[in-house]
Amino acid sequence: MIGAIIALAIKSIMLNKVRSFLTMLGVIIGVGSVVMLTGIGTGLQSYISDQFAALGTNTLYVVPGNPFGEGGGFSNQEQAFIETTRPVLKRAYLDRILRNHREIFNSGTATAVGVAEARFGSTTKKATLYGVMPAYSQVQNTNTTTGRWFDKNEETNADRVVVLGPTVAEELFGKVDPINKQLKLNGQNYTVLGVLEEKGGSFGGPSFDSYIYVPLETLFQQFDATYIDSLIFEVRSQDQLVAATAAIENELLRDLEDDDFSVFDQTQLLNTINQILGALTAGLGGIAAISLVVGGIGIMNIMLVSVTERTREIGLRKALGATPRMILLQFLIEAALLSIIGGLIGLLVAFAGVQVIKNFFPATITLQAVMLAFGVSTAVGLIFGVAPARKAAKLSPIEALRYE
Amino acid sequence: MLLQLKNVSKYYSLGSSTIKALDDISLEVAEGEFLSVMGPSGSGKSTFLQVASMLAEPTHGQIILKGTDVTDYDEIERAHLRNQEIGFVFQQFNLLARTSALDNVALPLVYARQSHSVQVERAKEMLDRVGLGDRLHNTPAQLSGGQQQRVAIARALVNNPSIIFADEPTGNLDSKSGKEIQNLLSELHRSGKTIIMVTHEENVAAIADRQIVFRDGKIISDSKKKKSKRSNNK
Ligand SMILES: Nc1ncnc2c1ncn2[C@@H]1O[C@H](COP(=O)(O)OP(=O)(O)O)[C@@H](O)[C@H]1O
Ligand SMILES: [Mg+2]
Repeated sequence: MIGAIIALAIKSIMLNKVRSFLTMLGVIIGVGSVVMLTGIGTGLQSYISDQFAALGTNTLYVVPGNPFGEGGGFSNQEQAFIETTRPVLKRAYLDRILRNHREIFNSGTATAVGVAEARFGSTTKKATLYGVMPAYSQVQNTNTTTGRWFDKNEETNADRVVVLGPTVAEELFGKVDPINKQLKLNGQNYTVLGVLEEKGGSFGGPSFDSYIYVPLETLFQQFDATYIDSLIFEVRSQDQLVAATAAIENELLRDLEDDDFSVFDQTQLLNTINQILGALTAGLGGIAAISLVVGGIGIMNIMLVSVTERTREIGLRKALGATPRMILLQFLIEAALLSIIGGLIGLLVAFAGVQVIKNFFPATITLQAVMLAFGVSTAVGLIFGVAPARKAAKLSPIEALRYE
Repeated sequence: MLLQLKNVSKYYSLGSSTIKALDDISLEVAEGEFLSVMGPSGSGKSTFLQVASMLAEPTHGQIILKGTDVTDYDEIERAHLRNQEIGFVFQQFNLLARTSALDNVALPLVYARQSHSVQVERAKEMLDRVGLGDRLHNTPAQLSGGQQQRVAIARALVNNPSIIFADEPTGNLDSKSGKEIQNLLSELHRSGKTIIMVTHEENVAAIADRQIVFRDGKIISDSKKKKSKRSNNK
């Protein structure tokens, strides 16, 4: 019997394609936006995870102050700024930690940041200078594609040498091979030793690829950098991370207060970012879910109008032997089918949309999002189909047949 | 006796006043009878048809179909009864728009839970019977009024009901198509069908073998009783 009623419902849907499409429209938009927005959220999340994985997983960071609040999110911006502007970290700490714990640490680097006007030929560009030690290349898995990194002597002698991120190399040198060319930083000549491989990252904004890497000592002596903003350690193996954190803390607490610095690893940072993005995805999905409910109300409204329009038809069906239950089922199935078909079209729209978005922005559709949107849209169809279906089932056959 | 109405009344209340659409009607219809129902507009013909065909419930009285008292049947039992025992022909044809003649005729079989193959087979057979065997896939819009009414008659026949109720079946047709429908109904009657037909046209009523006339919710004349009176007088 249910098969026969499904057939009747499908016939009714096919009979009035325009009305059916209008009924589905809300669900199409609802499912489409839920899947698309959560796709953007999860795409962003996996993109960032990948970026972190590329940086290496047995790396520990020491930064001044406490960038993580108690709850795990980033703490008060202003406070973090005040703390990081106080020069607390020293190069000597790094050397001491590495010297005293050779069994734990492979290598390490201190980093500092400055800015300078870079010029090659007639091209000038305001560039971020990243002051690092030679170990940086190993610690952060950052290799040159051409040329080489500066070595220990060049660094401690504060030689005027640089290694270029691929983006800034391209911007300044274009097709010219930069190796051993002279680059002017704030008017002084620097020799380009190497160009780095691409790391990607941060959607067109500043990234590791657009930095000019200079020896840490050079940065301090030639530019207005005044403090070290991080120490980065490479731990020999991942299961030494806890011991390594403890070792760093012990060493630093000899000179610093507990609040002066923080030690964290990639996972911690990644977790925090994932938490924020997860909340963002849920939020976006939630907003889009509201449109699904609106779509459900749309189905209900048009089905209610349709019941009125089809009053005579319903009366006829009852006269010919349809029980109220059969009429109820037919209208419920119609609403559910419209909602399911609308959901499928919405999914197609979302898939197409995500293909387009992928060109500009990371986005992936998860099976989870698809199933959720689909389940919700079916439920919406059934729930909002009840009122019109009950109205239809209750019609008296005589009144209905009389209806003009 | 196929159908018996015993002291049946149907009241409608409009605000404070009560309309006696049917006022204490008693009537017996035998198997194979062709009954025509006449009377002025508003006299209760349609109401009689609705009550007798199980579409509406009487306010008072009893309805007995094939010896069973069906007065107190609930909505589901009434639906089954209409589906199995009653065929309907309406003035407005009442076919499903944009739906083929075949699907229209098969509709009662859907509600009778017949298989798809039985539906198609029976519906074809009925359309053949009303002379539309070559119009199975035409929709109502592609058929003339007379043809549409023949589709409706095929639909009324498809479940092989005990009684066919027709409310002004020729009322929406030109005289030629009306004549065709009259012939079809006469033919059904000759083949043994019981038919109850409302009409306001004398010549249409004449094709039936029994005529009753309504006025103000009452039967004021019944050709069968006149005959029997006449024969009693002889
Ligand atoms: N649903 C209804 N509500 C109120 N009054 C009705 C209803 N149906 C019929 N009537 C009234 O009952 C009387 C008989 O109507 P009806 O059976 O349609 O007569 P006929 O078919 O002979 O023209 C009329 O006065 C009509 O107005
Ligand atoms: Mg009438």
